Amino acid sequence: MNPRTASPTPRPGFVLEVERSTPPILFHHGEGFRLERLPAGRSRVIYPPSPLEGLPDPAGAIRHALEHPLDSEPLPALLRPGMKLTIAFDDISLPLPPMQRPDVRQQVIETVLDMAAAAGVDDVHLIAALALHRRMTESELRHAVGDRVYDAFAPSRRLYNHDAEDPDGMVVLGVTDHGEEVQMSRRAAESDLVVYVNINIVAMDGGWKSTATGLSGYQGLRHHHNVATMLKSRSFMDQRKSELHHSNWRQGAVLRDSGPRIFQIETTINNNSFGTSGSLSMLQKREWEWTARDRATFLAMQGGLQVMSPAARRRAFQSWRAPYAITSVQAGEVEAVHKVTTENVYRQQLVAVEGQTDVLTMGLPYICPYNVNSIMNPILVMCLGLGYFFNLYRGRPLVRPGGVVIMTHPTPWEFHPVHHPSYIDFFEQVLADTTDPAEIEARYEVQYATDEWYRHLYRTSYAYHGVHPFYMWYWGAHALSYLGRVIVVGGDRAAVRRMGFAPASSLSDALEIAGDVVGSHPSITHLHLPPFVMADVS
Amino acid sequence: MIPEALAGRRIALTGATGFLGTALTEKLLRSIPECELVLLVRPGRRGATERIRRDVLRNDAFDRLRATLGNDGFRTETTQRLRAVAADVSADGLGLDAEGRDLLAGCDVVIHAAAAVAFDNPFDLAVETNLLGPIRLVELLGELGTTPHLVSVSTAYVAGNRRGFAPEELLSESHFAVAMDWRAEAASVRRSRDSIEDDSRSPERLEEFSAEADAELGAAGTAALSAKREQIRQRWVRTRLVEVGRARSASLGFPDSYGLTKALAEAALTETRGAVPLTIVRPSIIESAVAEPFPGWIRGFRMAEPIIISYARGLLQDFPGIPEGTLDVIPVDMVAAAVCAVAADGPAADGRPNVVQVASGAVNPFRFADLHDWSHAWFCEHPIYDERNQPISPPRWSYPSRKRVQTQLDRARRTLLAGEKILSALPVRGEKAGRAAEFAEKRALVERALSYVELYSGYVECQATFGVDRLLALHESLTPDDQQNFGFDPRRIDWHRYVTEIHLPSVIAQGRLKTAPAVRAGADRDTRRRQQVLSPQRHMAAFDLENTLVASNVVASWGWLATKRMPVADRARLVASTLAEAPKLLDLDRHDRSDFLRYFYRRFAGAPVDQLADDAMEMFSDLLLRQSFPAAIRRVRHHRALGHRTVLITGALDFVIAPFAPLFDDIVCASLTRTRSGAAYTGQLANVPPTGESRAEALLDYAAREEISLANSVAYADSTSDLPMLEAVGFPVAVNPETKLATLARRRGWLIENFRRAPGGPRKLLPLAQPVVRR
Repeated sequence: MNPRTASPTPRPGFVLEVERSTPPILFHHGEGFRLERLPAGRSRVIYPPSPLEGLPDPAGAIRHALEHPLDSEPLPALLRPGMKLTIAFDDISLPLPPMQRPDVRQQVIETVLDMAAAAGVDDVHLIAALALHRRMTESELRHAVGDRVYDAFAPSRRLYNHDAEDPDGMVVLGVTDHGEEVQMSRRAAESDLVVYVNINIVAMDGGWKSTATGLSGYQGLRHHHNVATMLKSRSFMDQRKSELHHSNWRQGAVLRDSGPRIFQIETTINNNSFGTSGSLSMLQKREWEWTARDRATFLAMQGGLQVMSPAARRRAFQSWRAPYAITSVQAGEVEAVHKVTTENVYRQQLVAVEGQTDVLTMGLPYICPYNVNSIMNPILVMCLGLGYFFNLYRGRPLVRPGGVVIMTHPTPWEFHPVHHPSYIDFFEQVLADTTDPAEIEARYEVQYATDEWYRHLYRTSYAYHGVHPFYMWYWGAHALSYLGRVIVVGGDRAAVRRMGFAPASSLSDALEIAGDVVGSHPSITHLHLPPFVMADVS
Repeated sequence: MIPEALAGRRIALTGATGFLGTALTEKLLRSIPECELVLLVRPGRRGATERIRRDVLRNDAFDRLRATLGNDGFRTETTQRLRAVAADVSADGLGLDAEGRDLLAGCDVVIHAAAAVAFDNPFDLAVETNLLGPIRLVELLGELGTTPHLVSVSTAYVAGNRRGFAPEELLSESHFAVAMDWRAEAASVRRSRDSIEDDSRSPERLEEFSAEADAELGAAGTAALSAKREQIRQRWVRTRLVEVGRARSASLGFPDSYGLTKALAEAALTETRGAVPLTIVRPSIIESAVAEPFPGWIRGFRMAEPIIISYARGLLQDFPGIPEGTLDVIPVDMVAAAVCAVAADGPAADGRPNVVQVASGAVNPFRFADLHDWSHAWFCEHPIYDERNQPISPPRWSYPSRKRVQTQLDRARRTLLAGEKILSALPVRGEKAGRAAEFAEKRALVERALSYVELYSGYVECQATFGVDRLLALHESLTPDDQQNFGFDPRRIDWHRYVTEIHLPSVIAQGRLKTAPAVRAGADRDTRRRQQVLSPQRHMAAFDLENTLVASNVVASWGWLATKRMPVADRARLVASTLAEAPKLLDLDRHDRSDFLRYFYRRFAGAPVDQLADDAMEMFSDLLLRQSFPAAIRRVRHHRALGHRTVLITGALDFVIAPFAPLFDDIVCASLTRTRSGAAYTGQLANVPPTGESRAEALLDYAAREEISLANSVAYADSTSDLPMLEAVGFPVAVNPETKLATLARRRGWLIENFRRAPGGPRKLLPLAQPVVRR
């Protein structure tokens, strides 16, 4: 069997019409869960497809992909002694939740390094391509690349985090025909070859976004990480209709013409986030299929969570490592590779949904790309709900224009002091003033992006860049302008109000509140995730 | 006619800045247009003329005259008719200069109204002012060779705690008089003062004061503690002298030293006046004006006001007294008018001292129970509002015995004190520490109530009736016009109207009590203070580190750094040995912070410089920021954004706080010396660490060097050991204060910020670095 293509098609996604006999539906609720009954006769639930089978021989598949790339010479042919090789890899924001060891990146990087060693390449640097995300800690880097790679490269400072604010470490490679500057890490730009090691978890990831965004800085990112771009990205999960991607692809063209040679390695994983067996397996089962054991485990877990302190709950959830399996590996030229990758993502996530809904409900889990080993603060709640989940559609949004989104999440007024310092000020200062993305962008962005203290914390501590909370807010800009109302169930009332949303204490209250906007008998659709699902709305 | 009788006369007046003195000045200016006034006042810093202008003529008593004459007319009138002379009744010859002496020598009438009227004055002050003051005055008159008519204001309470009738006669003529030797009393009080002063400096006492200062301030540094000890000593001396006065007065049958010293003064004046004709005017309790210059006019707080206000606030739940007893009150305008009439009437023809009592009890008694009942009804209708905007319901008094009220209050006081002590012994901070401060405030209120009961119950229990025959006769002798303009017939007072329509509204206005629920329009007190702190006009904001910016300390930082590269097996031993040493370290820290640091920092001996710098960077993220107060960091940045200079002043080591550098314009901290090669630390301090008073000094030096106004600067700190620094600036802020500082900050009206710790940070006693797990 060709190890690049995957095995039998598992159970596809499913849209359930809720009836009287439908059991309560699971809603993620931060570090906890809710079981909610949806009104019968007018509600439906979108379930993700079951996890695809993983590749039977990942190591073999990786080697095969590198030796038989798409639209490119094989990797070994690109390696020669004396060359400057840079391996860039996706950062802590992928995958979610983090995967069990060995991480995909470790498997791929070890193969690349073996090939480089065989070719006699000495000058190798490994860079965590985190753009304006926080630096990864030693243990996070060890988890991503493995101890062997870490111990071989980190002490000699050849494995490190990208620093987009290093005054000597960044170069501008050119400008697109739209006037967008293309910025890149100097080390990568001056390399003879950049090998990018990607993990694709949603359709937004990968392609030119890996290098044009991951190795860039504020100067390059501001051209697509802005309100106007996000309003024109419908959705940013659908590359064909995403201005975010168009801009990245234009920057990619500049990279291709004026930058280093890039060898892109993309991987997809299945959506086996919680395991098909084990303590959390019921989270990815459909409720009516729960066994007595699942029910008992769930009740015990709910009981246990109730008596834990918030910090202990957070630790317990954050320690979860997902048993993902690799479903595909493809390497070579960026665009050719990414086309195949996207198909593989869709194969795992896409569910056909008929028509839009008045009310879209979603249970927000404890994690989003920006709070791994951290706290999901209110801004991240907004970003996960109105940025990521709202945009998990192809065609049309799941919810109709002027409709309502109801999210469940405790939304505590809490911020991680190390990871999210500028978020604190964004929440206290900017959102206290206005929640309008365009106004926020015009009045505050530059000040936060160029703040010396944030720059210091981004470079030397483990803080997201000063401008990062702005991007989080822009991520939801389309939803904010599109929706009639946003309601958060079970959230800290003050924090929810600060963001301009309506707090509700229960789902039925939320539906009452939604009634003002969508009438008393609205149609309701629940997006049952994680694991990830993407709606193909007709 | 009184105006005619005094026309063209020059009248000297002492005590013009007092309640009666101001009323007299106003009355003489307004109603006796052709007299000239010489006001003898203590010059203060600005000189006598300026003091009169500011402290007397600006009083609202003169609004009426100013309205009649216009601003210019008023200025002309006062410039022409008023002369201010610098004088001090506690100095020989009243401290007059030649010009003052000339002016006094030319006076026809001298009204002596200066007195130390507080009931709880130290005895020596009461004697110096009330007894020796008038004697110095008559001696000076003798020296100047003049014999003006001396009208000396005394008090009806020279009659002492007597029951029954007290006529208008000299004390020496009274059946009840106790023979008193005023010279012996004066000499004795001076000796008492000396001996109390000596006693206060004895080693035993100084030790007591020192312990008390320690308990109040903790390790606040030598300068602050010395100042506190001296303050406690002086307070102790004062309290002892008050006690001496109270004891002596009680032994001679007076309610307090005011009555006693006035009685002594009457005897002394009679004896030493020589040829100076003397009239003694004895008012009872002087209260707000019934009619002039306007109804309800009052200056400062008199005897009844603190009680009325405490009553309205619900503080005095009960009060001792005899409900049917008489409260002898007399409106100030009647006293002023009576003094004018006495002055116009001239001295007694026989040359003997004349005595006129200005009191109401004998002819128009005002019952104590009436005051209570009317006040109760009035405050039910016009309640005072508390800080939570709730109307306070006035209590109903049952007039128990004085002893019972005292016992109750004393019990409350002791309970609160015990609570306060327990709280201050607990290691609490922030809002919980504020609870102790509330206890202290409540205790202060109870103590005040207790002092009112002790001070004033003598007056409300007094059962003397003061004869006013001469007063009434004098009033009878006036022309109808004078009776109209200088009325002082106490029989005309309608007490109910006086209490409910004149006095209570006036007291409430004077006391600035909240008579309506506060409207939420204005910012609350904390917001206002915060606005002041964050005003663009401030120059500098100085910050402490530990428990102000981060909830960490030098021991925790050391523990983290020491374990960063330590094998897991050795960690337990380090934790155990450090915790075992904790009591010793805590004790050292409590005693002297810089000794503690010096001792503790020895542990860094031999530590490699470069490695520590790297590890400190990690610790910044792993420990310090996670234990930080994000709001405090925001505050630093806020100050910076406002253009204030931000300075970190801490006893922490330079390499530990280096990552905080971008927040601050400057950092003053401790640093260690290095070995000869420069690669390792010696464990010895390179400088005196900026803690306690050396922190304040570092701040002073810094401000002087950078030409920054400390009065216009802000300082943030958490403990009384930072007191010198907080006191050095104009805008101190207590951050999550421990109990002692919380109490002090509330008392002094400082802004208190309770910043919350970042969520999820380490809370262990000794947080360690996370070991790296290799798999």
